[in-house]
Amino acid sequence: MPQTFPQNKGSVLDIVNLTMNFGGLRAIDAVNLHVKQWEIVALIGPNGAGKTTIFNCITGLYKPTAGDIFIQPPGRKRKRVTGMKIHKITKRGMARTFQNIRIFSNMTALENVMIGRHCRTKAGVWEAVLKNKRTRKEEKDIVSQSYNILAKVGLTQAVNELAKNLPYGAQRRLEIARAMATEPFLLLLDEPAAGMNPYETKELDELILRIREEERISILMIEHDMKLVMSVSDRIYVMDYGEKIAEGSPSEIRENHVVIKAYLGEEFDA
Amino acid sequence: MDYFLEIFWGGLTRGSIYALIALGYTMVYGILELINFAHGEIYMIGAFTALIVSTALAMAGMKGLTVFILASVLAVIYASAYGFTVEKIAYKPLRQAPRLSPLISAIGMSIFLQNYVLLAQTSDFLPFPGLIPEFTFMQPYAHIIGSTEMVIISTTALIMLLLTVFIKFTRMGKAMRATAQDRNMAMLVGIDINKVISSTFILGSALAAVGGVLIASHIGRINFYIGFIAGIKAFTAAVLGGIGSIPGAVLGGLVLGWTESFATGYVSSDYEDVFAFAFLVLILIFRPSGLVGRKTIQKV
Repeated sequence: MPQTFPQNKGSVLDIVNLTMNFGGLRAIDAVNLHVKQWEIVALIGPNGAGKTTIFNCITGLYKPTAGDIFIQPPGRKRKRVTGMKIHKITKRGMARTFQNIRIFSNMTALENVMIGRHCRTKAGVWEAVLKNKRTRKEEKDIVSQSYNILAKVGLTQAVNELAKNLPYGAQRRLEIARAMATEPFLLLLDEPAAGMNPYETKELDELILRIREEERISILMIEHDMKLVMSVSDRIYVMDYGEKIAEGSPSEIRENHVVIKAYLGEEFDA
Repeated sequence: MDYFLEIFWGGLTRGSIYALIALGYTMVYGILELINFAHGEIYMIGAFTALIVSTALAMAGMKGLTVFILASVLAVIYASAYGFTVEKIAYKPLRQAPRLSPLISAIGMSIFLQNYVLLAQTSDFLPFPGLIPEFTFMQPYAHIIGSTEMVIISTTALIMLLLTVFIKFTRMGKAMRATAQDRNMAMLVGIDINKVISSTFILGSALAAVGGVLIASHIGRINFYIGFIAGIKAFTAAVLGGIGSIPGAVLGGLVLGWTESFATGYVSSDYEDVFAFAFLVLILIFRPSGLVGRKTIQKV
């Protein structure tokens, strides 16, 4: 278990009493959650527990009914991001992937990553039309940085392929590459191993650890593959019916009776 | 043979204009899934601006190509400003509303702009100066294709080329394609979609204004109603080609132009619209998503 990594830095993400109602349905009920710097945190729970809803609130797709989301990128001030515009939240350094892959399928792998890079560069419409020296250099940098990111996730061979023509595992990695291109301090992965075979899952395991190691960022992931969860996470949150029912280290969670009950149902003597 | 060629070039000229306007419909549809019915009015406003500017410049004693270029540039700027404003006033507040609401708003905007020009100008047809001079090198071909038609076709071709480069290689072009494919995802990679949407309207309006100036100097008269007719035709062209697709809009425009032209030339000008729309119906029966439309259309 990668517990040797420098720990105990401050939180980069703080979720306080987050509540989300859809009409009469309470999808998340006063959930508290935090992610520290360089930490890999897993969010698990049965289907419909509200995990993806939390992601949607963090990234601004949903406006939470109540509660607050604070971020504190390393070396920056603490900031409340609740209800901020989606693209502004991305600019502040949070990037995500989706359960069902959402790459730009009619663009090449390289273009997908370049789109992600654009939010970290300046050139506006006029610069793009006029193409002065600085803009040309910036464009060049974007291309070379994008190549590097693709190399990191092992997609060097596929740069000019249309995204929709890539094999499934590669599309997943491309989605992670595009998220990385926005230079996040926190990467949110929504079921990154969904639909992967054991070999691909193992590769993903290594990729997640390598991203943390090389990019020095935090990762919050939703995942159902317990082997992956137990092997990479520092801490685990467990949710059921919109509520947080447990949190702790992988070994603590494995022993937790409430968690076992949520997953397997009530134990009773026959 | 000459007769055939004359009709061919005539159709190409018409088709180019339809294509220029259809691009605006198709780009907006690609990004917002909205049929911008006020788009034809933007084209009409472009033509009116060019008329006013060129009249003023002619009074100031300028002539020839300078007038044409200055009038076009100002028409483009003015029409783009209208396109930008229409989006902000009539569509942006309704972005979360059901799809029918912005559609009604678009029709309202179209009627408003028509009547606004009707009141500010006149209901009569106004003569539009032939801004494009007769080139001497075109003399030998004058019985097949006139200078104006030649200018229209080549300008349109150039604009299509520039537009393709823009969409394919610039960062705004990429942002537009990304927004068309998945709006929320585009925001999640840091794209400000309000900027993308505004740019789309500005670009589409600029193209429509160019079309307006070109066709007005070809036909030689304009009134407040020309935008409605041209808008319907261009919309037809966009649907014919596969709405949401840029190459589709161009192809649809050309096909529609030729259909009308050949119907007029070989049957009767009374049947021009009959043939055009009969063709549209046939295409939609056999290829419901348009000529180049596949199940998943490459939008913008």
